[in-house]
This record gives sequence, C-alpha cells and structure tokens, in this order.
Amino acid sequence: MTHSRYPELSEHAFFAGLDNAAVAAIQSCARDCHYATGNWIARQGAPADDLYFIQDGRVAVVFPAPQRELTIQTLSAGDIVGWSWLMPPHEWQFDIKAVKDCSMMGIDGRSLRAKCEQDHHLGYALMKRLSRVMVDRLQATRLQLMDVYENRK
Amino acid sequence: MFMKIGSDLRPSSIQPDPMCPDVHHVMSISQETSDIYTLKLQPTERREAVRFAPGQFNMLYAFGVGECAISISGDPTVNNVTEHTIRRVGLVTGTLGSVRAGDSIGVRGPFGTPWPMDQARGRDVLLIAGGIGMAPLRPVIMDVLANRENYKELTILSGSRDPEGILFADELLTWKKQPGVDSKVTVDHADSRWNGNVGVVTTLVNRTVKDPKDTIAFVCGPEIMMRYAVTELQKNGLGKDQIYLSLERNMKCAIGLCGHCQFGSEFICRDGPVFRYDRIEFWLNQREL
Ligand SMILES: Cc1cc2nc3c(=O)[nH]c(=O)nc-3n(C[C@H](O)[C@H](O)[C@H](O)COP(=O)(O)OP(=O)(O)OC[C@H]3O[C@@H](n4cnc5c(N)ncnc54)[C@H](O)[C@@H]3O)c2cc1C
Ligand code: FES
Repeated sequence: MTHSRYPELSEHAFFAGLDNAAVAAIQSCARDCHYATGNWIARQGAPADDLYFIQDGRVAVVFPAPQRELTIQTLSAGDIVGWSWLMPPHEWQFDIKAVKDCSMMGIDGRSLRAKCEQDHHLGYALMKRLSRVMVDRLQATRLQLMDVYENRK
Repeated sequence: MFMKIGSDLRPSSIQPDPMCPDVHHVMSISQETSDIYTLKLQPTERREAVRFAPGQFNMLYAFGVGECAISISGDPTVNNVTEHTIRRVGLVTGTLGSVRAGDSIGVRGPFGTPWPMDQARGRDVLLIAGGIGMAPLRPVIMDVLANRENYKELTILSGSRDPEGILFADELLTWKKQPGVDSKVTVDHADSRWNGNVGVVTTLVNRTVKDPKDTIAFVCGPEIMMRYAVTELQKNGLGKDQIYLSLERNMKCAIGLCGHCQFGSEFICRDGPVFRYDRIEFWLNQREL
C-alpha cells in the first residue's frame, strides 16, 4: 500500500475526518521531495502540478517584484503549500523557494485532479480542506497588510 | 528642559504622593531599533528600594513637556534601577528620547496589575509579543529565567514589522539557548535576504502549544494582533481563563481618579493593564471603545 510510506501523514490535521480510501487515494499520488536552501521549488507562471506537505525546513512564498523579491510569507513543518494545481489556469501564482533545507511530501496534482473528477466526494472533501487553509492564509495576509506596528498617526 | 541631579520637586518632609513625580537620574539611554530606545533610571531621592512586578508601568514625566505611561522592561530582581523601553511616537516619547546620561526626568509609579506569575507556576508559559509589546514581557522572561525550577517550558513568540525592527534581537537568541526555552521571531515584511519567518506573529501559535491544559499565555501588542492571538490560542485548546492581555489607553492620573483610561467598566490604570481575557472579552469586542 502506497500510503504506508507516509504513516505520520494520516495524522496530519489536513487529513482529519477523511476515510481511509480517500487518504489512500491522495497518498497514492505522493512522493518524497527534498530541496536544499536557496533552491526554487516553483516559479510564477510555470505549470502548477503539485501540492506539498512540508515535513521539515522552511519555504518562502515570494513575489517577484521588479529589481527585488518580496517574501510574502514563510511556511514550515506541518504547513501545506500549493493550490494552483486545483484551479485553472493551473499556473503558480508566486515563486516558492526553500529558505531552510526542506523535506516535503509532494502530491501529483494532475493525478489528484483526475481522481477528484471521478470521485466527487473526494473532490468536495479536498476542496473544503483547501478552502479552509486558503481562508486562514487570507486572514493572516490581511492582518499583515494592516501594518499594525506602524504609528497610529 | 531636563533637570540636573539633586534638584527636587517637593520638600522631603512630604509623604510620597502618587501624583507627585520622583526625580530620577538617567543612567543611560541606548538605541534598540531606529525608533525604540531604552532608558535606565535611578531614583535620586528615595531611600527604599523601588520594587515592581512584571507587567507594571510607570508614568514618565519629561519636565515642562508632559507625562506618559511606559511599562517597566527591566529585571524585577534588580533593585533601584528601572528600565523603560520606549517607542518614539509623539511629543513626550520623542522628548524622552533626547535625554542624555546625567539628565533627570520625573517618575510616578509603579502602577497597575502585573502578569500573574503565580498562575504561571508549574505550567508552560507562552509569551506572544508584537512590536513594542515585548517591553512589558521582558521582565516575565527574566523572572522565569531567575526561577527556572518554578516553571515548565517557556516559549517566546515575537513579531515585528521588518527584520530591522526586531526588539531585543540579541537577547532573543541568548534566551533561546537556555534549557527549556524556545523563541521564534517573525516579521511582516521582508525581502529575500531575510531567511527567517515571514508572516504575522499569530501564525506561529499553531504547533507551539504542546499541552494546552497546562499552558498559560501572556499577550502584548497592538490590539488587533491580540484579538487574532486569542483566536489562535483558543483554536489550540487554551481556555479564556488561561489567556492574559496587557491593554493600553491614554492615561492621565494612573490611579483610577480621572477616568481617562476607562475601558467599559474597567479603568486600565487601576484594574489593568494586565487582564484575564474573560474579564474584558465583552469590551474588547465592542467597536470604537
Ligand atoms: C499601561 C501602558 C503601558 C505602556 N507601555 C509602553 C512602553 O513600554 N513603551 C512604549 O513605547 N509605549 C508604551 N505605552 C504607550 C505610550 O504611553 C504612548 O506611546 C505615549 O503615551 C505616547 O505619548 P506621546 O506624547 O509621545 O505621543 P502623543 O503626542 O500622545 O501621540 C502622537 C501620535 O502617536 C500616536 N500614538 C499614541 N500612543 C501610541 C501608541 N501606544 N502606539 C502607537 N502610536 C501611538 C497618537 O495617535 C498620535 O498620533 C504604554 C501605554 C500604556 C497605557
Ligand atoms: S488614568 Fe486616570 S483613571 Fe486611569
């Protein structure tokens, strides 16, 4: 069984409440990935075919502004990175860089997308979980944009 | 503008009056970040040791300019020297930032409720600070380190605007090396030269809480950040009675007389600034209070 390669991941909060068949379906698309510090994991505009579960290390979500790169947020062990594989145009919206040696479980988004099309229960369950992650990130980004440490002038 | 040591505001026969500042001598002023500095002060006239508890504040008076409330950021085990870490935001904080060693300022206090160190005994202590909010939490860290056997794990989560704005950056690294202490720093804005965490400090709460039933959290920072912190702490299993916040409002008398600092049914100078969350939850969720 493929999912036995990632026993600790069935305990990941993301999988909580999913039945064994759904967990197995997701994990059957999984592979181990390692990125050394400084390596690019994804580039804005490139085809987005992966969802990553970070097991160790840290990645930065980077906005490639002219002449400089702005780090929007960093993610570390336990976090998920990448949802562009789920929605058209299936292209990365930001650059993703390893800022501390990274071990991750990568999920092949194309296979998973196909499974979701076949099994709408799986698709809905995944959509709900990813939406929650997106909402949490959006909330955090809003707070970040408020610049709460600036003078109240 | 600043008085010289030895000058006095009142005859020594008069009993200490909470409205009358004691003259303090500036021992040193050190720059922490571009807009934050620390004053080390010593009383020029009081004979007895000036004692404070972590979380309390003093009213600092720049003679002829005005007064403002500033938390005590120094070591609670050191007598007769008071440290204040101050962010320049306006007239008084700007004026206090231009003092030099040897100048004098007025000090009233200490005032207010402290962090409940007795409630923290035997538990994991989680501190969440945003920006200058690290200042009133620094004495907590010093107290925990001085009485290590009384507490379980100490975790310090500190957020600031950018890498240059991290308050007590060197100390955070030193504290992290102590047994049973972890500190995590994050910034809201950074370019790719910064390899640390980027994101709001509340995002660090996840996966930090190990034993929610046996954890106490002290939070200090901008009010909106504290509200998000409370939400995250609750998501991670902490009860309302395990979360303490330090609040700020404009102050004048600092002794519960004038009503300037009123926050619903509470006076922040007298009933706070440190409150257990469930005591102020209702008021914190009222708009424009
Ligand atoms: C209990 C308590 C403890 C405090 N502890 C500290 C501390 O340890 N260190 C510290 O630096 N400050 C602390 N403060 C805040 C400090 O009292 C104010 O920053 C100070 O009163 C500002 O006075 P000012 O004359 O310099 O600015 P003002 O001239 O009164 O204000 C100038 C501008 O700054 C803005 N401003 C005022 N207060 C703040 C604030 N708190 N944060 C951001 N902008 C503000 C005003 O809206 C105004 O636009 C504390 C406040 C309280 C109530
Ligand atoms: S400052 Fe006067 S009542 Fe609080």
